Amino acid sequence: MSLIDLANPTRFLALSARVLPWLAAATVVLLAIGLYQTALAPDDYQQGATVKIMFIHVPNAWLSMFVWGVMSMASLGTLVWRHPLADVAAKAAAPIGAAFTFLALLTGSLWGRPMWGTYWEWDARLTSVLILFLMYLGLMALWRAVEDPSRAARAAAVLTLVGALNLPIIKFSVDWWNTLHQPASVMRMGGSTLDKSFLIPLLVMAVAFTLLFVTLHLAAMRNEILRRRVRSLQMMQASRVAFSSEVGTGSHQENASKGAA
Amino acid sequence: MIMSLGPYASFIVTSYVAAAIVVVLLIGWIVLDYRNQTERLRELERSGITRRSGRSATDTP
Repeated sequence: MSLIDLANPTRFLALSARVLPWLAAATVVLLAIGLYQTALAPDDYQQGATVKIMFIHVPNAWLSMFVWGVMSMASLGTLVWRHPLADVAAKAAAPIGAAFTFLALLTGSLWGRPMWGTYWEWDARLTSVLILFLMYLGLMALWRAVEDPSRAARAAAVLTLVGALNLPIIKFSVDWWNTLHQPASVMRMGGSTLDKSFLIPLLVMAVAFTLLFVTLHLAAMRNEILRRRVRSLQMMQASRVAFSSEVGTGSHQENASKGAA
Repeated sequence: MIMSLGPYASFIVTSYVAAAIVVVLLIGWIVLDYRNQTERLRELERSGITRRSGRSATDTP
């Protein structure tokens, strides 16, 4: 099956029905392994046990940007190639991305209080991630506000691509500005500065959360395709009702004019 | 083996519980949405509205 075949929503539904149970099972297994390794990870010599928040905060923070990246690719698909599933993919990803971003902010805040002495600081990293969260909410509101899905898709695609400018700002904010947030310690030139006892559980949790996103995204895309089918059938129903009432009115008028003649 | 989470245990536990709640809510929302959409499609098909292809809207090939 080629990518072109997947452009057909019916084929996508068939594929997702086959793949989803396996993806869900793999997610559960990997999350269980990740949580077990997290529980066994040693305390940090400076942070103590609070380092365990990292295993949940960092995957969510990565995914908050990754999901926007996926939405940006889908937006290109909407604007350039008019791929039938592109705006379905973008719309389905937004609430999931918003949830991951919310978790990144919340767990970061809960990690910040014992480590920095404050839940929140208006520095570049925290503020740019908050802006990302607000952009997710804005996109979801836009999709709800415009009734025609194709018009909403084009407006949302433009907004998503403009919002993608925030991704490098988030990534490099810790290098460009003074911030309480630590600089990159995993994805950096020269390799990770994390010890293996922290790095391995972190990577397992990151893969598990990425699989969770893929699973939820496929399921949400399937729901969105069904929602659009409901909408088109409801429009057919409404047009049939309007047509039959028009025919009814027309035959009444015809009978009335015959009667008058 | 009982894990010792130190003086900031409440922050660690709250982080994991919040993540679990948000993930469960996401899964629940997606599952309920699927049930809702398939039910609405079946209702429409019962009322005689079918796709132009003649295939059931909830079927996959």
